[in-house]
Amino acid sequence: MSWNRKDLITIEELSADEINTIFETADAFKKVLGRKTAKTPALRGKNVVNLFFENSTRTRVAFEMAAKRLSADVTSLDMKTSSTSKGETLRDTVENIRALAADIIIMRHSAPGAAGYIAKILDIPVLNAGDGAHEHPTQALLDCFTLREKFRSLEGRKIAILGDILFSRVARSNIWAMTKLGAEVTLVGPSTLVPKEFEKLGVQVSHDLKPALADKDAVMLLRIQHERQNASAFPSLNEYTSMFGLNKERLSWLKKDAVIMHPGPINRGVEIDSELADSDQSVILEQVTNGLAVRMAALYLCNGGNSEAVAV
Amino acid sequence: MSSATIIKNGRIIDPKNNRDEVADLYIVDGKISEKPNQDILDTAEVIDATGLVVAPGLVDLHVHFRVPGQKHKETIRSGTSAAAAGGFTSVVCMPNTSPAVDSVGTVQLIKDVVDKEGLVNVFPTGTITVGRKGEALAPTGSLSRAGIVAISDGGKCVQNTGLMRRAVQYAHMFNIPVIDHCQDSTLAGDGVMNEGFVSTKLGLKGLAAAAEEIIVARDTVLSTHTGAHIHLQHISSKGSVDIIRRAKSRGVHVTAEVTPHHIGLNDSEIESFNTNFKMNPPLRTEEDRLALIQGLEDGTIDCIATGHAPHTDYEKDVEFDYAPFGVIGLETALAISLGQLYHSKRLSLSATLSLLTSKPAEIINLDKGSLAAGADADIAIIDPNETWTPQNKKFFSKSSNSPWIDRELKGKVKKTLVAGNLVFDENKILAE
Repeated sequence: MSWNRKDLITIEELSADEINTIFETADAFKKVLGRKTAKTPALRGKNVVNLFFENSTRTRVAFEMAAKRLSADVTSLDMKTSSTSKGETLRDTVENIRALAADIIIMRHSAPGAAGYIAKILDIPVLNAGDGAHEHPTQALLDCFTLREKFRSLEGRKIAILGDILFSRVARSNIWAMTKLGAEVTLVGPSTLVPKEFEKLGVQVSHDLKPALADKDAVMLLRIQHERQNASAFPSLNEYTSMFGLNKERLSWLKKDAVIMHPGPINRGVEIDSELADSDQSVILEQVTNGLAVRMAALYLCNGGNSEAVAV
Repeated sequence: MSSATIIKNGRIIDPKNNRDEVADLYIVDGKISEKPNQDILDTAEVIDATGLVVAPGLVDLHVHFRVPGQKHKETIRSGTSAAAAGGFTSVVCMPNTSPAVDSVGTVQLIKDVVDKEGLVNVFPTGTITVGRKGEALAPTGSLSRAGIVAISDGGKCVQNTGLMRRAVQYAHMFNIPVIDHCQDSTLAGDGVMNEGFVSTKLGLKGLAAAAEEIIVARDTVLSTHTGAHIHLQHISSKGSVDIIRRAKSRGVHVTAEVTPHHIGLNDSEIESFNTNFKMNPPLRTEEDRLALIQGLEDGTIDCIATGHAPHTDYEKDVEFDYAPFGVIGLETALAISLGQLYHSKRLSLSATLSLLTSKPAEIINLDKGSLAAGADADIAIIDPNETWTPQNKKFFSKSSNSPWIDRELKGKVKKTLVAGNLVFDENKILAE
């Protein structure tokens, strides 16, 4: 078990061992979170900067709270209202923040590769909180951490990811994480959002919901962002829901007691029936809670923390 | 008194005239000459080319010299220096400047700057449409009289097919080709790299090969119906090669070029998110790359052109999505072409050099690319086997946006002569 990385940029580059190192570290932090004083001194005196070039509520807040639980000083910047709108380059922005004695940068950005780009520029840890449609590593880690709690191991588990795969960084990071951990992954959704090219990543691609859901241990739903696709990939939200929305009948096509996941934010009544989101099979809020422990682990490890002796 | 130069003992390769022999080459008063009489020989300068190849100066149908308007990227002096360093003695510059070359005044301005600071022959082109907007025809006749050698919307493609048909019909009257950057903008969208497995994996927006192929097909149809010559720029996909091959077999008057980077690289390079691999059309798959080379071998693709597109480091040093398209190519084109075609044993040295000399010259009816007696003494002296490694900030171009930085290349230009004058010699630009 080891962690020798300065940054967390992609799941693609991680080994299964490294993923498990994060999980075991997250196990320790999850115990801390259950204590009366749920705070550890691991990042005391460190300046953690949240740089968000795109909207986010839960990821930004989860990173902020994770850093605070580790006793770091946290600054969150909404970059849409900051200097980039005045034409400053990303390099200049992050070098300025570095010059203000930032110790760790967490960044969300609309451009694929942006996090890796600044990680090469900076000598401090960079955590990718989502780079365009490329990767969102902490989301995949918390998703798989949640599945690991349910199933003990992902080895041999069958998981369907349903929805807008093409534009989804969550899907890409989960494909890497789940396949590295030994799960069988099926992507399902309309042909315009689930191109066959994904098969080369070692997953199955289906446009037919019933066989795609059959015998699955879990289904992960992705938010349908109809408003964001300038060239509509499907005719309407109604048509999407009628073809691919998860409802009670379709839930029965999965294994009994299969787990329903969603990275949020949910469009109730679009990709999922409202009552299913709140059902016993849904682990949507557990995902959110686990996100805290997983992000504490990621911050701790990238800061040079020892996975064998978590400083709690 | 005539001035003379003898290039001694080199391997003269003149593809246009099927000449490949070790001999002396004579230059008298800026022209290639038969062996002159003894009193001229006695005073001639001698260049020893033993062990080297003496070829016609290279001809590039596609460079962006950024004048007027974008001299922070390139100037005529820096661009022609890069050309000379790459063995190019004639270049055709695209009209997507600022302002675009849609008026006689702008053509004249470029010619004036070239007269003042150009080190090689520079042939301007004019736009197809006013302001490259794809709406109204630019004054092709006046531009032609002012000295342009072709029209093109340089980096943009006329989307209105009715307008494009009139443009090619009209240009045909002046016997100048229409040069097209083949791309359907609705299919290209805001793609930044080839649409395929790599774009799917990286989450980058794809630019489908179909966007190019549809316009290639359109242009072959327009050429068929008008008889006009359309030259298809930087062909990048297997599908395009197939369409051109079939059109040519029917005698359609289209010609095509390919860039060194499209025959030397594929889209897997983008995994690094290095913006020096971002160009339009994008690097495509290995299958496409091999089809382009096949197209050069069988004559479907007529020539190699660099698409030399300088951008500053600060323009390229940004997120992949935001970087401008384009890479420089003049200084590396010969080595890449030799590597992919000659050193790989697909084509002879002479056939490889023809793709960079006589063939591009023929496409625009340019009296260049030949070492016959009487021709302009534009000459590249080459060591096809010397290895070298391009380095960042060490280009003669003002910009360093090359995909070949830190990659060892084989084939080096030793000397370049324009009209008999040495302009580049052993890594140095010689300017009066």
